Amino acid sequence: MIEQLFNYFSYPFVKYALTAGVLIALCAALLGVSLVLKRYSMIGDGLSHVAFGAIAVATVCGAAPMTVALPITVVAAVILLGINSNKKIKGDAAIAMISVGALALGYLLLNIFSASSNVSGDVCTTLFGSTSILTLSKTDVILCLALTAVVILVFVLFYHKIFAVTFDETFASATGTNTKAINTMIAIVTAVVIVLAMNLVGALLISALIIFPALSAMRIFKSFLSVIISSAVISVICAVTGILIAILYGTPVGSTIVAADIAAFLICTLFGKISKRS
Amino acid sequence: MALINVNDVSLGYEGKPIVKNLNFSVNKGDYLCIVGENGSGKSTLMKTLLGQKNVLSGKIEYSEGLKQTEIGYLPQQTEVQKDFPASVKEIVLSGCLNGCGIRPFYSKSQKAAASENMKKLGIAELSARCYRELSGGQQQRVLLARALCATKKLILLDEPAAGLDPVVTQNLYKIIKEINDDGITVIMVSHDMEAAMKYASHILHICHKPLFFGKKEDYAVTDVCCQFTDGGEEK
Repeated sequence: MIEQLFNYFSYPFVKYALTAGVLIALCAALLGVSLVLKRYSMIGDGLSHVAFGAIAVATVCGAAPMTVALPITVVAAVILLGINSNKKIKGDAAIAMISVGALALGYLLLNIFSASSNVSGDVCTTLFGSTSILTLSKTDVILCLALTAVVILVFVLFYHKIFAVTFDETFASATGTNTKAINTMIAIVTAVVIVLAMNLVGALLISALIIFPALSAMRIFKSFLSVIISSAVISVICAVTGILIAILYGTPVGSTIVAADIAAFLICTLFGKISKRS
Repeated sequence: MALINVNDVSLGYEGKPIVKNLNFSVNKGDYLCIVGENGSGKSTLMKTLLGQKNVLSGKIEYSEGLKQTEIGYLPQQTEVQKDFPASVKEIVLSGCLNGCGIRPFYSKSQKAAASENMKKLGIAELSARCYRELSGGQQQRVLLARALCATKKLILLDEPAAGLDPVVTQNLYKIIKEINDDGITVIMVSHDMEAAMKYASHILHICHKPLFFGKKEDYAVTDVCCQFTDGGEEK
């Protein structure tokens, strides 16, 4: 089996897939901690559906999917995180509304206007990201690398502000921190990561990539910094394991990564329970 | 000169006033207790003083030199915080954030100030502990230490004793009094009349309109006070 793996590593597409997978898993995990704690777990799901709708529009218009999906998702993210503060429509309802709406409209558009002969196949690929990570080009990987670098840089530079806004937004804003700017920044970065991650696990499974590592880390660790670091580590390990298993056994990449994440979550839960008792 | 001057202010939501004709001022070193029934507009007033809400009419003036970044705040605990994975040190230090400006990290002096405040509130030995595993009283002291990190002049407290047992509550009030004795102005929203009468220097009693504002010695002899405290005992 090891020999078989080494054999696979000689193909560039395997290297690209692994690199991109690790980078995206890292970004998603970093953001995930803050989103889960801010009770925005569903935002990954909502935004990925928006991105799906945007990609459908791009396909219909014949434009490059990324160039359309990225700005639309960013706008949706800013609106969703903004809605929560004016409370006319509650955050979860707004997310559900935009999410389902974008999904339905995207599918509708694809169905009516699609030039492709296999619409449901296209939809399935976009939603579940069946193989696209194995077909990445060098440019895709470099783009991934650049965006990850930006995300990590933002995260390091604004770490303390992100913590303050996540732990207690009222206090932060009352004592003079510009919480709106920080929230908008988190929204933009989230949108970028989600559009990126669509390549890896597809629209439907992005939530898993954002939520699971954070929740797993929270079972065991007790300070914000350790949760963030361990969530990143767990996420990367799961991504690597998932991709390797997917390549070896020909399973769908996205679902395999999520299965690995679920396994990690169960292990962490168990570990957390045991360590609490002793 | 007064630290905060409130001139004929009306507060409310969506144009509907909850409190009207508020007039009071807070001087440096005061200990002001805002009392009143539930829904009388105490918390709204607090939010407005913190710059989280706009006034419907009237004007709130802050004296020169009192900036938003010089106000400490002890909010009521939120749902989110109850299972938040954060160490005591991380939380207390986050109070220093408003002194950072665009600097991404905390300075040495800020870290020193944070440990100073933790010592002051007797939570220094808890510094590495997880916030969600602390008792209610300890959590409240952590948040108070954070508020102290954020201020050198004024601290606002929103029902600091909510949900605490009597012994812990008395302790907390003593700490707040000490903070006040150190020269920090205190504004506190409270249900606890007894503590308000014991520790505060001024009382503001509101019930949709201001019923009383002034020194607590003057408040004690008013009808409003008698009714309110008697009403409280009957329950």
